[in-house]
Amino acid sequence: MIHKYRLNGYNIVLDVHSGGVHVVDDLTYAMLNYITPPLEEQAPQSFYSDYFSDYSVEEIDECYEELYKLYHNGLLFSEDDYEQFSRQMVSSPIKAMCLHVAHDCNLRCNYCFASTGDFGHGRKLMTAETGKHAIDFLLEHSGDRHNLELDFFGGEPLMNFDVVKQVVEYARSKEKEYNKNFRFTITTNGMLLDDAKIDYINKEMSNVVLSLDGRKQVNDRMRPRVDGSGSYDKIVNRYRQLVGSRGDKDYYVRGTFTKYNLDFSKDVLHINDLGFDQLSVEPVVAKPEEDYALTEQDLPAIFNEYEHLAKEIINRKKKGSGINFFHFMIDLNQGPCAIKRLRGCGCGNEYVAVTPEGDIYPCHQFVGMEEWKMGNIDEGTLDLEKKDYFSKTTIYDKPECKNCWAKFYCSGGCNANNLQYAGSVFHPHELSCELEKKRLECAIMIKAALADQEDQND
Amino acid sequence: MKHIKTLNEANLKNTAAKGGCGECQASCQSACKTSCTVANQKCERKSK
Repeated sequence: MIHKYRLNGYNIVLDVHSGGVHVVDDLTYAMLNYITPPLEEQAPQSFYSDYFSDYSVEEIDECYEELYKLYHNGLLFSEDDYEQFSRQMVSSPIKAMCLHVAHDCNLRCNYCFASTGDFGHGRKLMTAETGKHAIDFLLEHSGDRHNLELDFFGGEPLMNFDVVKQVVEYARSKEKEYNKNFRFTITTNGMLLDDAKIDYINKEMSNVVLSLDGRKQVNDRMRPRVDGSGSYDKIVNRYRQLVGSRGDKDYYVRGTFTKYNLDFSKDVLHINDLGFDQLSVEPVVAKPEEDYALTEQDLPAIFNEYEHLAKEIINRKKKGSGINFFHFMIDLNQGPCAIKRLRGCGCGNEYVAVTPEGDIYPCHQFVGMEEWKMGNIDEGTLDLEKKDYFSKTTIYDKPECKNCWAKFYCSGGCNANNLQYAGSVFHPHELSCELEKKRLECAIMIKAALADQEDQND
Repeated sequence: MKHIKTLNEANLKNTAAKGGCGECQASCQSACKTSCTVANQKCERKSK
Protein backbone atom coordinates (compact mmCIF):
# COMPACT_ATOMS: atom_id res chain seq x y z
CA MET A 1 0.00 0.00 0.00
CA ILE A 2 1.24 3.48 -0.80
CA HIS A 3 -0.11 6.93 -0.02
CA LYS A 4 0.83 9.74 -2.35
CA TYR A 5 0.01 13.41 -2.20
CA ARG A 6 1.19 16.80 -3.37
CA LEU A 7 1.80 19.54 -0.84
CA ASN A 8 3.73 22.81 -0.95
CA GLY A 9 5.30 21.87 -4.28
CA TYR A 10 6.45 18.41 -3.21
CA ASN A 11 5.26 15.09 -4.62
CA ILE A 12 5.41 12.74 -1.68
CA VAL A 13 5.05 8.97 -1.67
CA LEU A 14 4.75 7.02 1.56
CA ASP A 15 5.22 3.29 1.42
CA VAL A 16 3.00 2.27 4.30
CA HIS A 17 4.44 -1.08 5.34
CA SER A 18 8.14 -0.25 5.14
CA GLY A 19 7.73 3.32 6.34
CA GLY A 20 9.75 4.51 3.32
CA VAL A 21 9.17 8.14 2.36
CA HIS A 22 10.07 9.30 -1.13
CA VAL A 23 9.96 12.69 -2.83
CA VAL A 24 9.52 12.18 -6.55
CA ASP A 25 9.41 14.30 -9.70
CA ASP A 26 6.23 14.89 -11.71
CA LEU A 27 6.68 12.12 -14.24
CA THR A 28 7.47 9.52 -11.58
CA TYR A 29 4.50 10.70 -9.55
CA ALA A 30 2.20 10.36 -12.55
CA MET A 31 3.48 6.85 -13.29
CA LEU A 32 2.28 5.72 -9.90
CA ASN A 33 -1.29 6.34 -11.07
CA TYR A 34 -0.92 3.39 -13.43
CA ILE A 35 1.18 0.95 -11.43
CA THR A 36 -0.07 -1.82 -9.20
CA PRO A 37 2.05 -4.55 -7.68
CA PRO A 38 3.61 -6.89 -8.60
CA LEU A 39 5.89 -4.73 -10.76
CA GLU A 40 7.56 -6.06 -13.89
CA GLU A 41 11.17 -5.15 -14.54
CA GLN A 42 10.22 -3.30 -17.72
CA ALA A 43 7.79 -0.39 -17.83
CA PRO A 44 4.37 -1.24 -19.32
CA GLN A 45 4.19 -0.69 -23.06
CA SER A 46 1.30 1.75 -22.56
CA PHE A 47 3.69 4.19 -20.85
CA TYR A 48 5.54 4.73 -24.14
CA SER A 49 2.62 4.51 -26.52
CA ASP A 50 -0.12 6.13 -24.54
CA TYR A 51 0.13 7.69 -21.07
CA PHE A 52 3.55 9.33 -21.35
CA SER A 53 4.07 9.52 -25.09
CA ASP A 54 5.13 13.17 -24.72
CA TYR A 55 8.24 12.04 -22.83
CA SER A 56 11.35 10.43 -24.31
CA VAL A 57 11.93 6.71 -23.94
CA GLU A 58 15.04 7.49 -21.86
CA GLU A 59 13.10 9.59 -19.38
CA ILE A 60 10.41 6.97 -18.98
CA ASP A 61 13.00 4.22 -18.56
CA GLU A 62 14.95 6.21 -15.96
CA CYS A 63 11.94 6.95 -13.81
CA TYR A 64 10.57 3.45 -14.02
CA GLU A 65 13.93 1.90 -13.21
CA GLU A 66 14.13 3.97 -10.07
CA LEU A 67 10.63 2.94 -9.03
CA TYR A 68 11.44 -0.68 -9.73
CA LYS A 69 14.61 -0.43 -7.64
CA LEU A 70 12.59 0.80 -4.66
CA TYR A 71 10.07 -1.96 -5.20
CA HIS A 72 12.83 -4.56 -5.43
CA ASN A 73 14.38 -3.25 -2.20
CA GLY A 74 11.11 -3.45 -0.30
CA LEU A 75 10.54 0.30 -0.10
CA LEU A 76 7.59 0.57 -2.46
CA PHE A 77 4.41 -1.52 -2.43
CA SER A 78 5.96 -3.56 0.37
CA GLU A 79 3.75 -6.32 1.71
CA ASP A 80 1.64 -6.15 4.82
CA ASP A 81 3.00 -8.97 6.95
CA TYR A 82 2.41 -7.43 10.36
CA GLU A 83 -0.72 -9.26 11.36
CA GLN A 84 1.33 -12.18 12.69
CA PHE A 85 2.90 -9.78 15.22
CA SER A 86 -0.39 -8.29 16.31
CA ARG A 87 -1.61 -11.81 17.08
CA GLN A 88 1.28 -12.24 19.48
CA MET A 89 0.08 -9.34 21.58
CA VAL A 90 -0.14 -10.18 25.25
CA SER A 91 -0.89 -8.20 28.35
CA SER A 92 1.98 -5.88 29.16
CA PRO A 93 3.34 -4.82 32.51
CA ILE A 94 1.73 -1.58 33.74
CA LYS A 95 4.43 1.06 33.55
CA ALA A 96 2.62 4.37 33.08
CA MET A 97 0.05 6.07 35.26
CA CYS A 98 -2.02 9.22 35.24
CA LEU A 99 -2.44 10.12 38.90
CA HIS A 100 -5.44 12.34 39.53
CA VAL A 101 -4.24 13.98 42.72
CA ALA A 102 -7.01 16.58 42.62
CA HIS A 103 -10.52 16.29 41.28
CA ASP A 104 -10.91 19.98 41.78
CA CYS A 105 -9.90 22.96 39.71
CA ASN A 106 -9.51 26.73 40.01
CA LEU A 107 -10.47 27.33 36.39
CA ARG A 108 -13.79 26.70 34.68
CA CYS A 109 -12.67 25.83 31.16
CA ASN A 110 -15.70 25.53 28.93
CA TYR A 111 -14.48 22.45 27.07
CA CYS A 112 -13.20 20.50 30.09
CA PHE A 113 -13.70 16.76 29.61
CA ALA A 114 -13.40 16.46 33.39
CA SER A 115 -16.61 18.47 34.03
CA THR A 116 -14.56 21.44 35.38
CA GLY A 117 -12.32 19.16 37.38
CA ASP A 118 -14.50 16.75 39.33
CA PHE A 119 -15.29 14.26 36.52
CA GLY A 120 -18.91 14.45 37.60
CA HIS A 121 -18.22 12.78 40.94
CA GLY A 122 -17.68 15.65 43.37
CA ARG A 123 -14.62 17.72 44.23
CA LYS A 124 -11.99 15.70 46.04
CA LEU A 125 -8.25 15.61 46.74
CA MET A 126 -6.17 12.44 46.85
CA THR A 127 -4.58 11.51 50.19
CA ALA A 128 -0.84 10.87 50.44
CA GLU A 129 -1.66 7.32 51.48
CA THR A 130 -3.55 6.57 48.27
CA GLY A 131 -0.78 8.25 46.26
CA LYS A 132 1.81 6.00 47.88
CA HIS A 133 -0.38 2.97 47.24
CA ALA A 134 -0.38 4.00 43.57
CA ILE A 135 3.43 3.90 43.59
CA ASP A 136 3.34 0.46 45.23
CA PHE A 137 0.89 -0.65 42.56
CA LEU A 138 3.24 0.49 39.78
CA LEU A 139 6.22 -1.20 41.41
CA GLU A 140 4.23 -4.40 41.76
CA HIS A 141 2.76 -4.47 38.25
CA SER A 142 5.61 -3.09 36.14
CA GLY A 143 7.53 -6.36 35.75
CA ASP A 144 10.91 -5.79 34.16
CA ARG A 145 10.12 -2.31 32.83
CA HIS A 146 12.81 0.03 34.05
CA ASN A 147 11.30 3.39 33.13
CA LEU A 148 8.07 4.13 34.99
CA GLU A 149 6.04 7.19 34.07
CA LEU A 150 3.74 9.04 36.36
CA ASP A 151 1.79 12.12 35.36
CA PHE A 152 0.33 14.29 38.10
CA PHE A 153 -3.00 15.29 36.69
CA GLY A 154 -6.33 16.63 37.78
CA GLY A 155 -8.36 18.70 37.93
CA GLU A 156 -5.49 20.92 38.89
CA PRO A 157 -2.64 19.03 40.60
CA LEU A 158 -1.09 22.15 42.15
CA MET A 159 -4.18 22.30 44.41
CA ASN A 160 -2.74 19.24 46.15
CA PHE A 161 0.97 19.94 45.84
CA ASP A 162 1.96 18.59 49.26
CA VAL A 163 0.69 15.19 48.20
CA VAL A 164 2.56 15.51 44.89
CA LYS A 165 5.78 16.06 46.85
CA GLN A 166 5.13 13.18 49.22
CA VAL A 167 4.42 10.82 46.34
CA VAL A 168 7.59 11.88 44.52
CA GLU A 169 9.66 11.44 47.67
CA TYR A 170 8.17 8.00 48.31
CA ALA A 171 8.78 6.87 44.71
CA ARG A 172 12.38 8.11 44.76
CA SER A 173 12.97 6.19 47.99
CA LYS A 174 12.02 2.97 46.19
CA GLU A 175 13.93 3.43 42.91
CA LYS A 176 17.16 1.79 43.98
CA GLU A 177 15.58 -1.15 45.74
CA TYR A 178 13.37 -1.98 42.76
CA ASN A 179 15.84 -0.89 40.04
CA LYS A 180 13.34 1.55 38.56
CA ASN A 181 13.61 5.02 37.09
CA PHE A 182 10.58 7.20 37.77
CA ARG A 183 9.82 9.90 35.23
CA PHE A 184 7.39 12.43 36.58
CA THR A 185 5.27 14.81 34.56
CA ILE A 186 2.87 17.42 35.84
CA THR A 187 0.05 18.92 33.80
CA THR A 188 -0.98 22.28 35.21
CA ASN A 189 -3.01 25.37 34.41
CA GLY A 190 -0.33 27.48 36.09
CA MET A 191 -2.63 29.46 38.38
CA LEU A 192 -0.88 28.36 41.58
CA LEU A 193 2.69 28.41 40.34
CA ASP A 194 5.09 30.25 42.62
CA ASP A 195 8.88 30.33 43.01
CA ALA A 196 9.03 27.29 45.28
CA LYS A 197 6.76 25.15 43.09
CA ILE A 198 8.67 26.15 39.97
CA ASP A 199 11.97 25.13 41.57
CA TYR A 200 10.51 21.84 42.70
CA ILE A 201 8.94 21.04 39.31
CA ASN A 202 12.14 21.86 37.47
CA LYS A 203 14.11 19.63 39.80
CA GLU A 204 11.82 16.61 39.93
CA MET A 205 9.63 16.55 36.84
CA SER A 206 11.15 15.24 33.62
CA ASN A 207 8.33 16.86 31.68
CA VAL A 208 5.85 19.60 32.46
CA VAL A 209 2.72 20.43 30.48
CA LEU A 210 1.61 24.05 30.80
CA SER A 211 -1.90 24.86 29.61
CA LEU A 212 -2.39 27.95 27.46
CA ASP A 213 -4.63 28.24 24.42
CA GLY A 214 -2.85 31.09 22.64
CA ARG A 215 -3.88 34.71 22.21
CA LYS A 216 -5.27 36.40 25.31
CA GLN A 217 -8.82 36.73 24.01
CA VAL A 218 -8.84 33.13 22.78
CA ASN A 219 -7.43 31.74 26.02
CA ASP A 220 -9.62 33.81 28.32
CA ARG A 221 -12.83 32.99 26.46
CA MET A 222 -12.41 29.26 27.07
CA ARG A 223 -10.23 29.22 30.19
CA PRO A 224 -11.85 31.59 32.71
CA ARG A 225 -11.36 31.58 36.46
CA VAL A 226 -14.22 30.68 38.79
CA ASP A 227 -15.23 34.38 38.91
CA GLY A 228 -15.30 34.57 35.11
CA SER A 229 -12.13 36.63 34.68
CA GLY A 230 -9.36 35.42 32.40
CA SER A 231 -6.28 33.38 33.27
CA TYR A 232 -3.82 34.58 30.60
CA ASP A 233 -2.27 37.51 32.47
CA LYS A 234 -1.68 35.45 35.56
CA ILE A 235 0.05 32.50 33.92
CA VAL A 236 2.16 33.72 31.00
CA ASN A 237 4.93 35.29 33.10
CA ARG A 238 4.97 32.30 35.42
CA TYR A 239 5.40 29.99 32.43
CA ARG A 240 8.26 32.15 31.19
CA GLN A 241 9.91 31.96 34.58
CA LEU A 242 9.48 28.19 34.73
CA VAL A 243 10.75 27.53 31.21
CA GLY A 244 13.56 30.08 31.59
CA SER A 245 14.98 28.22 34.56
CA ARG A 246 14.29 24.70 33.31
CA GLY A 247 17.46 24.03 31.32
CA ASP A 248 17.24 21.20 28.81
CA LYS A 249 14.39 19.33 30.44
CA ASP A 250 11.23 18.71 28.46
CA TYR A 251 8.20 20.92 28.63
CA TYR A 252 5.19 21.65 26.47
CA VAL A 253 3.00 24.69 26.38
CA ARG A 254 -0.24 23.00 25.47
CA GLY A 255 -3.43 24.49 24.16
CA THR A 256 -6.74 23.43 22.72
CA PHE A 257 -8.38 24.92 19.66
CA THR A 258 -12.12 24.98 19.03
CA LYS A 259 -14.59 26.25 16.47
CA TYR A 260 -14.09 29.68 18.06
CA ASN A 261 -10.49 29.89 16.82
CA LEU A 262 -10.32 28.07 13.53
CA ASP A 263 -7.40 30.43 12.81
CA PHE A 264 -5.45 28.57 15.48
CA SER A 265 -2.14 28.86 13.64
CA LYS A 266 -2.14 32.43 14.99
CA ASP A 267 -2.36 30.99 18.50
CA VAL A 268 0.51 28.58 17.92
CA LEU A 269 2.65 31.39 16.53
CA HIS A 270 1.58 33.70 19.34
CA ILE A 271 2.79 31.17 21.92
CA ASN A 272 6.06 30.88 20.00
CA ASP A 273 6.36 34.69 19.95
CA LEU A 274 5.96 34.67 23.74
CA GLY A 275 9.26 32.77 23.85
CA PHE A 276 8.14 29.14 23.96
CA ASP A 277 9.30 26.64 21.35
CA GLN A 278 7.91 23.31 22.63
CA LEU A 279 4.26 23.52 21.71
CA SER A 280 1.18 21.43 21.38
CA VAL A 281 -2.13 22.91 20.33
CA GLU A 282 -4.75 20.26 19.82
CA PRO A 283 -8.29 19.99 18.50
CA VAL A 284 -11.03 20.05 21.12
CA VAL A 285 -12.82 16.78 21.64
CA ALA A 286 -16.47 17.49 22.32
CA LYS A 287 -20.02 16.42 21.66
CA PRO A 288 -21.11 17.69 18.23
CA GLU A 289 -23.99 19.71 19.75
CA GLU A 290 -21.63 22.03 21.65
CA ASP A 291 -21.18 25.47 20.05
CA TYR A 292 -17.42 25.18 20.20
CA ALA A 293 -17.23 21.60 18.84
CA LEU A 294 -15.34 20.95 15.63
CA THR A 295 -17.42 19.38 12.90
CA GLU A 296 -16.89 18.00 9.44
CA GLN A 297 -17.74 21.40 7.93
CA ASP A 298 -14.70 22.86 9.67
CA LEU A 299 -12.25 20.45 8.07
CA PRO A 300 -11.28 22.59 5.05
CA ALA A 301 -10.51 25.56 7.31
CA ILE A 302 -8.53 23.39 9.73
CA PHE A 303 -6.59 21.77 6.88
CA ASN A 304 -5.67 25.22 5.58
CA GLU A 305 -4.48 26.21 9.02
CA TYR A 306 -2.29 23.13 9.39
CA GLU A 307 -0.75 23.81 5.97
CA HIS A 308 -0.19 27.46 6.83
CA LEU A 309 1.38 26.49 10.14
CA ALA A 310 3.64 23.92 8.49
CA LYS A 311 4.91 26.50 6.01
CA GLU A 312 5.50 29.05 8.75
CA ILE A 313 7.41 26.47 10.80
CA ILE A 314 9.64 25.85 7.78
CA ASN A 315 10.17 29.63 7.40
CA ARG A 316 11.08 30.06 11.04
CA LYS A 317 13.39 27.07 10.92
CA LYS A 318 15.19 28.57 7.92
CA LYS A 319 15.66 31.76 9.89
CA GLY A 320 17.20 29.76 12.71
CA SER A 321 14.36 29.70 15.19
CA GLY A 322 12.52 26.47 15.69
CA ILE A 323 9.07 25.44 16.78
CA ASN A 324 8.72 21.89 17.97
CA PHE A 325 5.01 21.38 17.31
CA PHE A 326 3.96 18.13 18.98
CA HIS A 327 1.63 17.00 16.23
CA PHE A 328 4.22 17.60 13.52
CA MET A 329 6.95 15.71 15.36
CA ILE A 330 8.03 12.72 13.34
CA ASP A 331 11.31 10.88 13.16
CA LEU A 332 11.41 8.98 9.90
CA ASN A 333 14.52 7.00 10.88
CA GLN A 334 14.46 6.37 14.61
CA GLY A 335 10.81 6.42 15.57
CA PRO A 336 9.11 3.77 17.65
CA CYS A 337 9.29 0.13 16.60
CA ALA A 338 6.53 -1.61 14.69
CA ILE A 339 5.37 -3.42 17.83
CA LYS A 340 4.72 -0.13 19.61
CA ARG A 341 2.89 1.18 16.55
CA LEU A 342 0.72 -1.92 16.40
CA ARG A 343 -0.24 -1.64 20.05
CA GLY A 344 -1.22 2.00 20.07
CA CYS A 345 -1.56 4.17 23.14
CA GLY A 346 -1.51 1.29 25.61
CA CYS A 347 -4.43 2.53 27.68
CA GLY A 348 -5.89 -0.05 30.05
CA ASN A 349 -2.93 -2.32 29.38
CA GLU A 350 0.37 -0.57 30.11
CA TYR A 351 -1.17 2.77 31.08
CA VAL A 352 -3.90 3.44 33.65
CA ALA A 353 -5.45 6.38 35.48
CA VAL A 354 -6.07 6.50 39.22
CA THR A 355 -8.63 8.80 40.87
CA PRO A 356 -8.50 10.45 44.33
CA GLU A 357 -10.63 7.55 45.59
CA GLY A 358 -8.02 5.10 44.31
CA ASP A 359 -10.24 3.84 41.51
CA ILE A 360 -8.39 2.52 38.46
CA TYR A 361 -9.57 3.36 34.93
CA PRO A 362 -8.07 2.53 31.52
CA CYS A 363 -7.02 6.17 31.10
CA HIS A 364 -7.84 9.70 32.27
CA GLN A 365 -10.60 10.04 29.68
CA PHE A 366 -12.44 6.96 30.95
CA VAL A 367 -12.54 8.32 34.50
CA GLY A 368 -16.09 8.52 35.79
CA MET A 369 -17.47 5.86 33.42
CA GLU A 370 -18.38 3.27 36.03
CA GLU A 371 -18.67 0.41 33.56
CA TRP A 372 -14.99 0.86 32.64
CA LYS A 373 -13.63 0.92 36.18
CA MET A 374 -10.83 -1.64 36.46
CA GLY A 375 -10.31 -1.88 40.21
CA ASN A 376 -9.11 0.08 43.21
CA ILE A 377 -5.59 0.84 44.41
CA ASP A 378 -6.44 0.89 48.12
CA GLU A 379 -8.46 -2.33 47.91
CA GLY A 380 -5.77 -4.07 45.84
CA THR A 381 -8.17 -5.08 43.07
CA LEU A 382 -7.48 -5.17 39.32
CA ASP A 383 -9.81 -6.53 36.65
CA LEU A 384 -7.47 -8.58 34.47
CA GLU A 385 -10.22 -9.32 31.98
CA LYS A 386 -10.52 -5.62 31.18
CA LYS A 387 -6.75 -5.34 30.97
CA ASP A 388 -6.71 -8.24 28.54
CA TYR A 389 -9.49 -6.57 26.51
CA PHE A 390 -7.36 -3.45 26.07
CA SER A 391 -4.27 -5.48 25.20
CA LYS A 392 -6.17 -6.61 22.10
CA THR A 393 -6.99 -3.19 20.71
CA THR A 394 -4.25 -3.20 18.10
CA ILE A 395 -4.59 -1.63 14.67
CA TYR A 396 -5.28 -5.08 13.26
CA ASP A 397 -8.26 -5.42 15.60
CA LYS A 398 -9.79 -2.22 14.17
CA PRO A 399 -11.33 -2.91 10.77
CA GLU A 400 -11.13 0.68 9.49
CA CYS A 401 -7.51 1.02 10.62
CA LYS A 402 -6.21 -2.15 9.07
CA ASN A 403 -6.30 -0.71 5.56
CA CYS A 404 -5.57 2.92 6.41
CA TRP A 405 -2.30 4.45 5.22
CA ALA A 406 -1.85 6.32 8.51
CA LYS A 407 -2.12 3.27 10.75
CA PHE A 408 1.53 3.15 11.79
CA TYR A 409 1.49 6.81 12.89
CA CYS A 410 -1.67 7.22 14.97
CA SER A 411 -1.84 3.50 15.83
CA GLY A 412 -5.60 3.34 15.92
CA GLY A 413 -6.34 6.67 17.55
CA CYS A 414 -7.57 7.48 21.02
CA ASN A 415 -9.62 4.56 22.39
CA ALA A 416 -11.64 6.87 24.64
CA ASN A 417 -12.56 9.17 21.74
CA ASN A 418 -13.40 6.13 19.64
CA LEU A 419 -15.75 4.87 22.32
CA GLN A 420 -17.41 8.21 23.03
CA TYR A 421 -17.81 9.45 19.48
CA ALA A 422 -17.73 6.36 17.25
CA GLY A 423 -19.48 4.04 19.68
CA SER A 424 -16.69 1.50 20.15
CA VAL A 425 -13.04 1.27 21.09
CA PHE A 426 -12.63 -0.68 17.84
CA HIS A 427 -14.01 1.96 15.50
CA PRO A 428 -11.95 5.11 15.03
CA HIS A 429 -13.50 8.54 15.46
CA GLU A 430 -13.60 9.70 11.86
CA LEU A 431 -13.12 13.42 12.44
CA SER A 432 -10.02 12.70 14.53
CA CYS A 433 -8.74 10.45 11.72
CA GLU A 434 -9.11 13.20 9.14
CA LEU A 435 -7.20 15.65 11.31
CA GLU A 436 -4.49 13.11 12.07
CA LYS A 437 -3.99 12.31 8.41
CA LYS A 438 -3.67 15.97 7.50
CA ARG A 439 -1.15 16.56 10.27
CA LEU A 440 0.91 13.60 9.08
CA GLU A 441 0.95 14.89 5.53
CA CYS A 442 2.17 18.24 6.84
CA ALA A 443 4.77 16.65 9.14
CA ILE A 444 6.25 14.61 6.30
CA MET A 445 6.18 17.62 3.98
CA ILE A 446 8.19 19.61 6.55
CA LYS A 447 10.82 16.85 6.47
CA ALA A 448 10.89 17.03 2.66
CA ALA A 449 11.31 20.81 2.72
CA LEU A 450 14.08 20.71 5.30
CA ALA A 451 15.89 17.97 3.37
CA ASP A 452 15.56 20.14 0.27
CA GLN A 453 17.04 23.04 2.17
CA GLU A 454 20.00 20.92 3.30
CA ASP A 455 20.65 19.84 -0.30
CA GLN A 456 20.66 23.47 -1.40
CA ASN A 457 23.13 24.36 1.33
CA ASP A 458 25.52 21.54 0.36
CA MET B 1 18.76 8.53 -7.90
CA LYS B 2 17.81 11.30 -10.25
CA HIS B 3 14.03 11.28 -10.09
CA ILE B 4 13.42 10.04 -6.58
CA LYS B 5 14.82 11.20 -3.26
CA THR B 6 14.22 8.82 -0.36
CA LEU B 7 14.10 10.67 2.94
CA ASN B 8 14.80 7.80 5.32
CA GLU B 9 16.92 4.71 5.58
CA ALA B 10 15.11 2.63 8.15
CA ASN B 11 12.70 -0.11 7.20
CA LEU B 12 9.87 -0.46 9.68
CA LYS B 13 9.72 -4.22 9.07
CA ASN B 14 13.15 -4.72 10.62
CA THR B 15 11.82 -3.34 13.89
CA ALA B 16 8.94 -5.80 14.12
CA ALA B 17 11.01 -8.84 15.04
CA LYS B 18 13.35 -6.97 17.40
CA GLY B 19 10.96 -4.42 18.88
CA GLY B 20 8.57 -4.34 21.77
CA CYS B 21 10.87 -3.68 24.73
CA GLY B 22 8.17 -1.39 26.14
CA GLU B 23 10.52 1.22 27.59
CA CYS B 24 9.41 4.12 25.43
CA GLN B 25 7.02 6.75 26.69
CA ALA B 26 3.27 6.15 26.68
CA SER B 27 2.03 8.69 24.17
CA CYS B 28 -0.49 10.31 26.49
CA GLN B 29 2.26 11.01 29.01
CA SER B 30 4.01 13.49 26.75
CA ALA B 31 1.59 16.22 25.85
CA CYS B 32 -1.52 15.04 24.16
CA LYS B 33 -4.04 13.60 26.62
CA THR B 34 -6.76 13.93 24.01
CA SER B 35 -5.40 12.91 20.63
CA CYS B 36 -3.35 9.79 20.25
CA THR B 37 -0.17 10.14 18.25
CA VAL B 38 2.23 7.27 18.68
CA ALA B 39 4.77 7.82 15.92
CA ASN B 40 6.31 10.86 17.57
CA GLN B 41 7.68 8.94 20.53
CA LYS B 42 11.39 8.21 20.76
CA CYS B 43 12.67 4.64 20.67
CA GLU B 44 14.40 3.91 23.97
CA ARG B 45 15.94 0.57 23.17
CA LYS B 46 19.47 2.00 22.99
CA SER B 47 19.20 3.72 26.32
CA LYS B 48 17.84 0.70 28.13
